[in-house]
Amino acid sequence: MLSLLRTFWEILKHTFRRRLTVQYPEEKPYLAPRWRGRIILSRDPDGEERCVACYLCAVACPVDCISLQATEDKNGRRYPEFFRINFSRCIFCGFCEEACPTYAIQLTPDFEMGEYKRQNLVYEKEDLLISGPGKYPGYNFWRVAGVEIGGKGKGDAEREDPPTDVRSLLP
Amino acid sequence: MISFKDIVAAVLTVVGVLFVALTIAAGLIWVERRLLAVWQDRYGPNRVGPLGLFQVLADTIKLLAKEDWIPPFADKPVFVIAPAIVMITVLFSFAVLPVARNIVIADLNVGLLYFLAMSSMGVYSIVLGGWASDNKYSLLGALRASAQMISYEVFMGLSLMGVVLVAGSFKLSDVVEWQNRNVWFVLPQFPGFVLFLIAGIAETRRLPFDLPEADSELVAGFHSEYSGMKFGMFFVGEYLGVTLVSALIAVLFFGGWLGPVFGLAGWARTALGIVWLLVKTFLFIGFFILLRAALPRPRFDQLMSWGWKWMLPLALANLLVTGAVVMTMSK
Repeated sequence: MLSLLRTFWEILKHTFRRRLTVQYPEEKPYLAPRWRGRIILSRDPDGEERCVACYLCAVACPVDCISLQATEDKNGRRYPEFFRINFSRCIFCGFCEEACPTYAIQLTPDFEMGEYKRQNLVYEKEDLLISGPGKYPGYNFWRVAGVEIGGKGKGDAEREDPPTDVRSLLP
Repeated sequence: MISFKDIVAAVLTVVGVLFVALTIAAGLIWVERRLLAVWQDRYGPNRVGPLGLFQVLADTIKLLAKEDWIPPFADKPVFVIAPAIVMITVLFSFAVLPVARNIVIADLNVGLLYFLAMSSMGVYSIVLGGWASDNKYSLLGALRASAQMISYEVFMGLSLMGVVLVAGSFKLSDVVEWQNRNVWFVLPQFPGFVLFLIAGIAETRRLPFDLPEADSELVAGFHSEYSGMKFGMFFVGEYLGVTLVSALIAVLFFGGWLGPVFGLAGWARTALGIVWLLVKTFLFIGFFILLRAALPRPRFDQLMSWGWKWMLPLALANLLVTGAVVMTMSK
């Protein structure tokens, strides 16, 4: 019987406790920088697209919501001709971000993307591309990769020696 | 000779009581959700209208707009009539509730017996609803309801007999007048008050005695198959029951419309009496909701043994002691 009264008292004390509810539209919760939300395509520090259209994100995607088509520019740089994410399918698992070898595809702390028409949830490349480097400011894939493109020959990349002539016997 | 003035007064009382009772019952949907939220460190519905008050309206529109579905396997006439019974019986009980001095729909000289009879009738609604649904969960809920109501009905009546003995009348206005002359019944009849409170909770099927519903065991118990406004009737019927039991506790044990009058007289004093009754009623409604926030649901056998082995003997003992005291006092 006494324990009952104590229960009532304990519950009544909750009247003056701090509310745990976050009053969402007026009061936004803090989202960590690595929060998995709306997907973007970032650019490298030079302002070029990072994406090299390797298809790894499309392969990693468990719900097949990414589709793209690779092509090359005049310098021999691969880039996606189109890049499409169907957010009505996306489950925001972040596997695409993990699979990406160039930090191009990134998930952002934003989830307010409700739409009245399902079609509007299909984002094209111009919707996805942002103007900055996202979470990885200094990184430029082409500057560190050993691949030869226009304006950068073999061995010109950062921390890369000139290629060795393997057919020469000289040390 | 019944004068025109009497008829107008009677009609006004009926309409007034009906309006206030139904408004409170509907408003309790909001009150309960807000209070439960307060005690669970939340806000509850606060979006629709000021403080979320229009939530009631939104809920009602939703219930009315829903498809009025009757399961093909159900016993249709009984299925339809069952939710109405609970509303009707509870609303009938409001007839004997004295709102203020000389303001009551029907001041029966068997008022208390009438209330007990009506609350026993209410169990038909649940048993018939559960039976007509032709669903095992509904039937189990209905069976539990009938067993629980019968068990708790017994000492509910007995717990009130102490009050009746002392006041010397079954008439509710006489009970209040006795309290006006002497003292609120909660002091001389404290055990009776506690017993009636417990029986009242069981009678309205509120937590912790909501075994007929028992969401975690029986889907939704006797109203599993109900939806739309038929479910709404059960829902409002439950809240009407809570309001009625709270008002009766206020009338029987806490002096009904009695309270400080601040030197007022005439209609102002009557209005103040109604306010006092409302305040007391709402305190007990709040307590009902606190119970829901605080206590877990017992097992069914615990409920039954608690009722028969503790509450009934205690009610009888209370009656015995009260009777002895009344006898010695009257000698």
